[in-house]
Amino acid sequence: MDNLLSLSLIAPEIILSLSGLVLLLFAAWGGDSASRVISIAACIALGGAFVLVAQTVCAGASGPDTLAFGGQFRADAFAGLAKLMIFAASGAVLVVAPPYFERLGAMRAEFPVLVLFAALGMSIMVSAGDLITLYIGLELNSLAAYVLAAFLRSDERSAEAGLKYFVLGALASGILLYGMSLTYGFTGTTSFEGIRHATEGGLSTGALFGLIFMLAGLAFKISAVPFHMWTPDVYEGAPTPVTMFFASAPKVAAVTLLARVAVEAFGSQADAWRQVVIFASLASIVVGALGAIGQTNIKRLLAYSSINNVGFLLIGLAAATVAGVSAMMVYLAIYVAMTVGGFVAVLMLKDKDGAPVENIADLAGLSRERKVLSLCLAMIMLSLAGIPPLFGFWGKFVVFQAAVEAGLFAIAVLGVVGSVIGAFYYLKIVKIMYFDEPASKALGKSDWSYQAILALCALIVSPLGYLLNGWLGSLSDGAAAAIFLVP
Amino acid sequence: MGGFPILSVMLLVPLLGAATCLFLDAKPARMVALLATLIDLALGIALWVNFDIGGEQWQFTERADIFAGFEYALGIDGIALMLIMLSVFLMPVCIGASWDAIKSRVGEYMAAFLLMEVLMIGTFAAQDLVLFYIFFEAGLIPMYLIIGIWGGDNRIYASYKFFLYTLLGSVLMLIAMMWMANDAGTTSIPELMEYNFAPEAQTWLWLAFFASFAVKMPMWPVHTWLPDAHVQAPTAGSVLLAGVLLKLGGYGMIRFSLPMFPEASAQFAWLIFALSMIAVVVTSLIALVQHDMKKLIAYSSVAHMAIVTVGLFAFNVQGLEGAMVVMLSHGLVAGALFLCVGVIYDRLHTREISRYGGLSINMPGYAVLFLLFTMASIGLPGTSGFVGEFLSLAGVYQISSTVALVCTTGIILGAGYMLYLYRRVAFGDQLNADAAAMPDLSPREYLLLAPIAAVVLWMGVYPESFIAPMRADIAALDARLARAKPEGDARIAAGEKSAAQDHAAHEPAQGGAH
Repeated sequence: MDNLLSLSLIAPEIILSLSGLVLLLFAAWGGDSASRVISIAACIALGGAFVLVAQTVCAGASGPDTLAFGGQFRADAFAGLAKLMIFAASGAVLVVAPPYFERLGAMRAEFPVLVLFAALGMSIMVSAGDLITLYIGLELNSLAAYVLAAFLRSDERSAEAGLKYFVLGALASGILLYGMSLTYGFTGTTSFEGIRHATEGGLSTGALFGLIFMLAGLAFKISAVPFHMWTPDVYEGAPTPVTMFFASAPKVAAVTLLARVAVEAFGSQADAWRQVVIFASLASIVVGALGAIGQTNIKRLLAYSSINNVGFLLIGLAAATVAGVSAMMVYLAIYVAMTVGGFVAVLMLKDKDGAPVENIADLAGLSRERKVLSLCLAMIMLSLAGIPPLFGFWGKFVVFQAAVEAGLFAIAVLGVVGSVIGAFYYLKIVKIMYFDEPASKALGKSDWSYQAILALCALIVSPLGYLLNGWLGSLSDGAAAAIFLVP
Repeated sequence: MGGFPILSVMLLVPLLGAATCLFLDAKPARMVALLATLIDLALGIALWVNFDIGGEQWQFTERADIFAGFEYALGIDGIALMLIMLSVFLMPVCIGASWDAIKSRVGEYMAAFLLMEVLMIGTFAAQDLVLFYIFFEAGLIPMYLIIGIWGGDNRIYASYKFFLYTLLGSVLMLIAMMWMANDAGTTSIPELMEYNFAPEAQTWLWLAFFASFAVKMPMWPVHTWLPDAHVQAPTAGSVLLAGVLLKLGGYGMIRFSLPMFPEASAQFAWLIFALSMIAVVVTSLIALVQHDMKKLIAYSSVAHMAIVTVGLFAFNVQGLEGAMVVMLSHGLVAGALFLCVGVIYDRLHTREISRYGGLSINMPGYAVLFLLFTMASIGLPGTSGFVGEFLSLAGVYQISSTVALVCTTGIILGAGYMLYLYRRVAFGDQLNADAAAMPDLSPREYLLLAPIAAVVLWMGVYPESFIAPMRADIAALDARLARAKPEGDARIAAGEKSAAQDHAAHEPAQGGAH
């Protein structure tokens, strides 16, 4: 009976894993010609899981009813909201990937299956209630991601990206495991709840080391400074749909996982991790902003932009309050829309033969040749910069508001000043597209599916996004309340 | 007006116009833009006519609970009314000024201007802190595009400078706003205007708001973006910048800094006075040596805005009323002066003063109007400039005679650089054949300049029309400031006039007579 209940709680994960396995077989027998069908089937599986999760999120599930398998897995509203973003982003990747790979003749039937397994891994990550669950989810996601990064086998940059990602990812996993083992050794348990009880009286030096190592390992996954070095190379080298995937879904998973570890497992020792988070966040904002200025490749620029954005996300976590985590979730949701939209716009930049245009200088004067595309891209860039009235402003606003409420004025002031530095390079893209003389490079037309996703993202990013405020806010509040164990 | 949401309609009309213009060719885009701005002007006049002077403080209020976290709340008092009037009055002029001058990407240009109008009206009408900030900051985007796409040679540099300078100022204000919302538990501006923040907190809040408004104003020494932005912007962009955008800083001070932080305002009045005194003298002297007409007028704007700030921080009714009238007057006069520069720039494509000369011979109509606006800028009695500057300086005299003395030199210097400019452009010999061959104003140009001239004279002869709607609001603000009012060094009693006051009062007139 108990197991049955637990199984019903992990229904979305069951759907994903079963469909992943079935589609893998299908891919083995059907071959690459079946890849479109498999993509569609994978999308349907993600859609099914999305619908199931949506119910728990809307109900604001929290408390002991959401614990599966003796607390190793938590299907609460917090995990649910993160899963919604992950599934939506993964679905978008499955839509944009086939046309991209087919042009290169590199579409393999395994691609959708790998995305599906990565999504499953992330789904387990965000629901982890135990260090072991955490690690299983993380590795399932990472292994799929390493392959995805190197998916263009014949392309040197892609292979290099895959290798770099694998080597550094393995190192980070090692650091994380080391931290987990220290934590286990000094607290005597792997469950988050157990760790919480064990650390209530204070952190022993060993447990503190464990915490720091775990934070370092997770900081690698979210590409927070000083563990960000891999990001620009991997983002540039990986095929663009895969980069879009890396910048959206795994970011959501790792950030929410970090929040869960910090708040659930080490919630009673917030001061111990807060300074680390604050440092990582401010360093990410500054390094992300300064690093982006000299970039000439738009994918590298977006990589630095994602580092920069992680900094703002961490400000919400640094507040260590319900409002802070809720703000972080709001920011994440807006960030996913901006990132997906931004990368789809990049995918739509191609020359007459359909080859991708990645050089920023080649965007010169785009606004005269591709009016709507450049308008959308400009909106996304200004939104990433956090300029009102675009919706990206709201994400920054709630995060800083939470920091101010928690009394972190200095952080908030440094953060906003950092956002002004960041505004410079986002403006550069707008400047190149609107002010410069046309270079007439990016003239190629794109699929309607690209246009639809871009239009949807642009709509969310536009001032109309503010209409979602109430809805997004209440979902995030429910999610944040779930991990703070507030009824 | 009953329940008719006139403010929302005033926002919606240009917004729809902007969306339409984006997809239109040059000709229809111009028509749509003109039509939208004229409709807004008509709505603005209806707003003024229906504004109940002496009625409730906040009128035409609208509230809609469509956003969580902040409210869509609009409403205006007399101060906002007059500034909205200024915006809607200048917008058709801006569109008209770019009728022939802008030839490339007309649809986008008109869309940017209409968007600007939406955001300006929104800023003045917003009754919610966050809504205000959104409108306030969003103005950066269209202005960035206007300077960057249609500006002069050094437009890229100017657009970046404009954007980043003003953004840096504003984000600090944003943090202060969050703290205020957190402390007071509301984001409603009318409620916050009544809320008493702890004096220690006021200091920081005031400084954060000051960082934003000082850049927008702009005050010395953070004014350096203005000459660059002005010189590089197209004529209509300059009109908009000088006419309305510079007023955002003053509006912010009168709406936020003064009523919300009275103690801190009194505490920092010395800072405002010091910066303003330097600004008046230094920027006037800089204006005196400019070779570029637009730069000259841009520097004169900084000097005039300094008169606004001293008036605001005089903590009395004259000073506040004077500051408001200077803002309105400067909006009209500086806008008109930029138009005058635009008129001859369109003919000769240079802003070098030395390339002109003797224009009163071949362009008599132009010379007359240009002279009127020159005199209004100097502050000749009978023009709007006199009323505002006189009131401002009379107000500040009650606080500090030194400040009044130094700031009044600005009027003398103003007469110096403006008359010098006028002499070089309109009088003297016709040294340049191409300048001598320029035709006089076209009917379109008359149509742009004549209404502004009429309003400048109206405001100069009968300022009551413009002061009346603001009187109650300024009295309320004065009452709110009474508790923090610093003691002045001039002990003047009603009915008595000391020699020094006479001096301060007559200075503008003398300046005008030079």
